[in-house]
Amino acid sequence: MAEAEARRPPSLTRRLFSHRLFVTGLVLFGIVVAMAVFADLLATAAPEKMNFRARFRTPEWAFLLGTDNYGRDIWSRLVHGARLSLAIGFAVVIVTGVAGTVIGLLAGYFKRLDGPLMRTMDALMAFPAILLAIAIAAALGPSAVNAVIALSAVYTPRTARIVRSAALVVREMDYVQAAIASGSRHLWILWRHILPNSLAPLIVQLTFIFAYAVLAESILSFLGVGPPPPTPTWGNMIAEGQGYLREAPLLALFPGIAIAVTALGLNLLGDGLRDVLDPRLRVQHG
Amino acid sequence: MAEFVLKRLLSALPVLLLVTLISASIMHLVPGDPAVIIAGQNASDAEVQQVRAALGLDRPFIERLGAWYAGLARGDLGQSLLLNRPVSEAIVERLPVTLALAGFALLLTVVIGVPAGMIAALRANTVVDQAVLVVALAGVSVPNFWLSLMLIVAFGVWLDVLPAGGYIPFADDPVGWVKCLILPGVSLALLQIGLLARITRATMLEVLRQDYIRTARAKGLPVFKVVGQHALRNVMVPVVTVVGISFGLLLSGSVVIETVYSIPGLGRLLASAIFGRDYPVIQGGLLVTAVMLVLLNLCVDLLYAVIDPRVKNDGRS
Repeated sequence: MAEAEARRPPSLTRRLFSHRLFVTGLVLFGIVVAMAVFADLLATAAPEKMNFRARFRTPEWAFLLGTDNYGRDIWSRLVHGARLSLAIGFAVVIVTGVAGTVIGLLAGYFKRLDGPLMRTMDALMAFPAILLAIAIAAALGPSAVNAVIALSAVYTPRTARIVRSAALVVREMDYVQAAIASGSRHLWILWRHILPNSLAPLIVQLTFIFAYAVLAESILSFLGVGPPPPTPTWGNMIAEGQGYLREAPLLALFPGIAIAVTALGLNLLGDGLRDVLDPRLRVQHG
Repeated sequence: MAEFVLKRLLSALPVLLLVTLISASIMHLVPGDPAVIIAGQNASDAEVQQVRAALGLDRPFIERLGAWYAGLARGDLGQSLLLNRPVSEAIVERLPVTLALAGFALLLTVVIGVPAGMIAALRANTVVDQAVLVVALAGVSVPNFWLSLMLIVAFGVWLDVLPAGGYIPFADDPVGWVKCLILPGVSLALLQIGLLARITRATMLEVLRQDYIRTARAKGLPVFKVVGQHALRNVMVPVVTVVGISFGLLLSGSVVIETVYSIPGLGRLLASAIFGRDYPVIQGGLLVTAVMLVLLNLCVDLLYAVIDPRVKNDGRS
């Protein structure tokens, strides 16, 4: 018994937790998630409360990261910004995950749907990603929900493409062909055989999309087509800081670090998951 | 080869058709009456009517789409609402600036990314290798608009060695032209440099394991000669890949970077069109960038076939 235990290859969690970069990513991302979850506890002031007698304070005990041009507490805005950034990023992951999976599975499994669906995805992917997201968000109007719609429209094709290529491979496997021949219902085959076998590349891709979405949301906010001010998004904070680069560069510095830490954490998680779940992809991406 | 080119060209056609359709439909995402929103809340009925007529919103969608395609065939992308001039004219005027910026960023990417990746591969698992990895990870994680602001503070304000923004045409002052491209170029290129370095590293490691490299080393050729003669050609494949991916990222990035650095290129034209709800310019700009990308991807595929004859037959071996 003990001998069999020893010979078994290390479990998935074991392999993930011995991956140094994955653990680093987990810690970084964990910090940001903690900031978002405990924003109300961590914030030392209301994020939108102005105080004109305390403008442009440098960091001190009362204002951990200083105050901005309206005298708002930067630390408090930063932790509340984490909540919104992660919420938008996560919403994009969910919408993209569901839509991309459905489209990818249909295209990969039903040969007749492949052409029309994937050509549409190709066309959406032909536009520079951020540019299309900015145009869609601008057309719909600045809000958090519209940012999610715009970013999902941009990243769904990329997800669909990955699920499709996984589905294409699984579809040709003997056991799937056997299921088709023995008259199993298509939906059952998709759910039972094709989807589980497409999950690994999907999860890896969605982790990276989380990172892209956080970065892209900050760009939308920065350009004024994300959630409108005074909502404390990191992009809004940088946009406001842009006007005071000479006098108070700290205004723009902190939110940028927050974005970079979040994106770095997610990228490391993605790299780790890819190495462990889907080692074949490793060479291609370097 | 001719058959391969023709097949790729034909497969790009439906995508191009859909791209035009999506560009033409962007305006219809606007909730409510686009004419009212574009004219502004305080506009009079007459002004709203004027906008509606200018955009052709008083005609049915199919008719408008037909008119858009008819215009497209003549190279006419409509009339800008804010600039009072044809959209195509504004785009043609701004495009060279963006291409100069994107070209400069690509140059930086290749000049820094390829050697960095090769050194990282030759010195795998050393401090140099780790440093390249860190830069690559920073590239995909640091938002480039924020990096731009920080570079402006450091080099434009504190050190005061480079312009904090603006653009000088090459014809006016070549040195000034390079100077004002350095900061935006670096901001744009960081992501691609990391990407290219990592792909180059992976390719190099694979190549260095090949028998012919070992043979070359065994017969006494110095390392730099082996790398120069045998490995470089293989590294060309990832370079072409990254150049293909980069161009889209660069065009996307230019919207933000040109806004931050006040560079009068296509990106800033689009950004101001988005703020001003100048839909004809948004549609035209989207269309032009997408068509450029589709054509570039076509060129990349053809280049693969030239560099690596295996592609034509059965993909990578």
